[in-house]
Amino acid sequence: MTYAKREDGRKFDELRPMEAKVGVIPRADGSAMFKIGKTIAYAAVYGPKALHPTHLRNPETGIIRCNYNMMSFSGSGDRIRPGPSRRSKEINLVMAKALSPVMDLSDYPNTVVDVFVELLQTDAGTRCAGITAASLALADAGIAMKDLVVAFAVGKVGDKVVVDLDYSEESFEEGATDIPIAVMPRTGKLTLLQLDGDITREEIKEALEKSKKAVKQLYDVQKEALKAKYEEK
Amino acid sequence: MPNEIKKYVQKLIAKGVREDGRKMDEYRDIKIEYNVSAKSAEGSARVTIGDTVVVAGIKLDMGTPFPDRPGEGTIMVNAELLPLSSPDFESGPPSIESIELSRVVDRGIRESKAIDFTKLCVKKGEKVWLVFIDIYPINDAGNLFDAAALAAMAALTTARFPKYDEKTELVDYYTRTDKPLELEKKPISITVLKIGDKILVDPTDREWKAYDARITVASLENGNISAMQKGGETPLSPEEIDKMIELGIAKAKELRKVLDKK
Amino acid sequence: MGKLNVKDKDIVVPGEELADGMDILPAAGTYRDGDKIIASQVGVVSTNGRLIKLIPLGGRYIPKAGDTVIGKVVNMSFSSWFINVGYAYDGVLSLKDASSEYIDRGADLTRFYNFGDYMTCKITQVTRAMNIDLTMKGPGLRKLTGGKIIKITPSKVPRVIGKQGSMINLIKDKTGCRISIGQNGLVWIQGDDPAMEKLATEAVKEIEKKSHIPGLTDKITKFLSKEAKTTTIPKETKEIKK
Repeated sequence: MTYAKREDGRKFDELRPMEAKVGVIPRADGSAMFKIGKTIAYAAVYGPKALHPTHLRNPETGIIRCNYNMMSFSGSGDRIRPGPSRRSKEINLVMAKALSPVMDLSDYPNTVVDVFVELLQTDAGTRCAGITAASLALADAGIAMKDLVVAFAVGKVGDKVVVDLDYSEESFEEGATDIPIAVMPRTGKLTLLQLDGDITREEIKEALEKSKKAVKQLYDVQKEALKAKYEEK
Repeated sequence: MPNEIKKYVQKLIAKGVREDGRKMDEYRDIKIEYNVSAKSAEGSARVTIGDTVVVAGIKLDMGTPFPDRPGEGTIMVNAELLPLSSPDFESGPPSIESIELSRVVDRGIRESKAIDFTKLCVKKGEKVWLVFIDIYPINDAGNLFDAAALAAMAALTTARFPKYDEKTELVDYYTRTDKPLELEKKPISITVLKIGDKILVDPTDREWKAYDARITVASLENGNISAMQKGGETPLSPEEIDKMIELGIAKAKELRKVLDKK
Repeated sequence: MGKLNVKDKDIVVPGEELADGMDILPAAGTYRDGDKIIASQVGVVSTNGRLIKLIPLGGRYIPKAGDTVIGKVVNMSFSSWFINVGYAYDGVLSLKDASSEYIDRGADLTRFYNFGDYMTCKITQVTRAMNIDLTMKGPGLRKLTGGKIIKITPSKVPRVIGKQGSMINLIKDKTGCRISIGQNGLVWIQGDDPAMEKLATEAVKEIEKKSHIPGLTDKITKFLSKEAKTTTIPKETKEIKK
């Protein structure tokens, strides 16, 4: 059951190498590309715009709608059939829930902000990469936000509590627990929490404790990407 | 309602001028990046033409041949006009525009015999390779047809077969062989637009909204044509068609150089 | 005594702590949490006495009464036009506000403003639910015929106009184009020479891109004179102009 060393040489609390860029889709109101390890996500934001169907409209505020998709060739293994699946629909929901706590759309009653996330290549952690990219795209779109949102997985591989599982770790033969989280970096509060696996309460506590350094690091990557757009070239 | 854009672009083109200052037969800068999804796809590429960005990925799967062609594999092209890439595209089932785009790219490759389908046969009548070509625009700044066809060809040049285990009859996607997907030819698609009495190539998204007619011409190294598609509601005379084909073939030579530079 | 963690002209992103202390007051683009003031947008820091605010670097237009905007006719009823002013929902221009001349009820409205027409108009009223009323009565309000429309970030509009219109007048002078700017970020440009229209467009885009960088006027002056020299007018254009 021991997991002595990570295959890619990372420390147990270390994120994979990251890259972020905003404004990559000029036709969108806001956009971003986010890469963590081999997982690559694009995100685009359109809106606030008129919301249909009308019964979803909220006269107090605008709402956010997410649309997550893996490109057909982006999976591990077989080609993925195009079109929404039950999995992608659930991810749409949890993404919107992860992002909406930071968003302030009270200036835009009855409207919707559409967020589109496309995965170009995947190596686990796709919903988290999608949330991180979407948060960048929303900020790039100039939408008022209390904070950014960073997301990655924590969990357990074999007997070790780890940060940011890759595909090989997620499918570790002797068992792995995957806990995707999204965090508001300033307050440290969580907006997404899911769990698949077998883990103790103490280990969850340990995992969340270990996530703190990664939260800060990922927020710094986001901050740099947003500011880089406005640096004079 | 792109009415105003259309009127403005048409007026400008009538004067022989394009909004971005290009000549009628001038392409924007073209960039091809290879293996952009190398972990997941058997082949992949990203094509950038000006602000337009399109990615394509290749998946190779084992399947059964069509009964009437027992010794041949086949290709399947799927292009999806992602709402991520433009405010003009909507979520939902494939639009007629994305189906046309898929079909035009498909025929350019299929009809040119760029891939020898008999070489995709593993066991006659039973096992053949299926080549899935999936195309996605990331940013639509016009000319998706040419960018999509170029991205598909570029991705095909990088494709390597995954390991196939004849005993278990399973494809092992985690083990990729060195065996490339052989390309017999490299068709290049050029879309020529007619706006007023002028013809031009590589339209921006605004110019795309203003065309009267368009022809996509897929041509080969020797200048032969493997597929064409006319679009738009304005009829064209044989003389106009000839001029558009001429321009299409000439520009294909330029794009071929970019593709061959790899 | 409060403490600022940032200085004027710094670019900040949501969640950044801008200041500590109850004596510093949060304004646009910021909010207070305890004794901290936090950024809620990507923007440029601007302090004024005890106030700290952000000039946003992006974002859509939020309609305000009194704004002069550029709108587009997208629909009509018996007695009004529906005008898109860059917000999620359209504004309404009713008959009585459409023209100083009397328009009969049931008249053919397309004679005045047709589908797809652009106009500069003024917002008279915005309700809490963001119903927008418009008028065409007022100085400078008119239909915009010919020319092209470009879109910029609404928060950049003041920079494109410049102090007392200095920036926009500079572009008008150097390019000979007629230009109208709406608070909603739509800019209408019309010139006799397409090369000059292109130059004016690029100048506006350049201001949008560099609005947060000091010395903007000098940069744009240089940009206009450098580009004006290198902008060649295609031969065909010259012939047509004769």
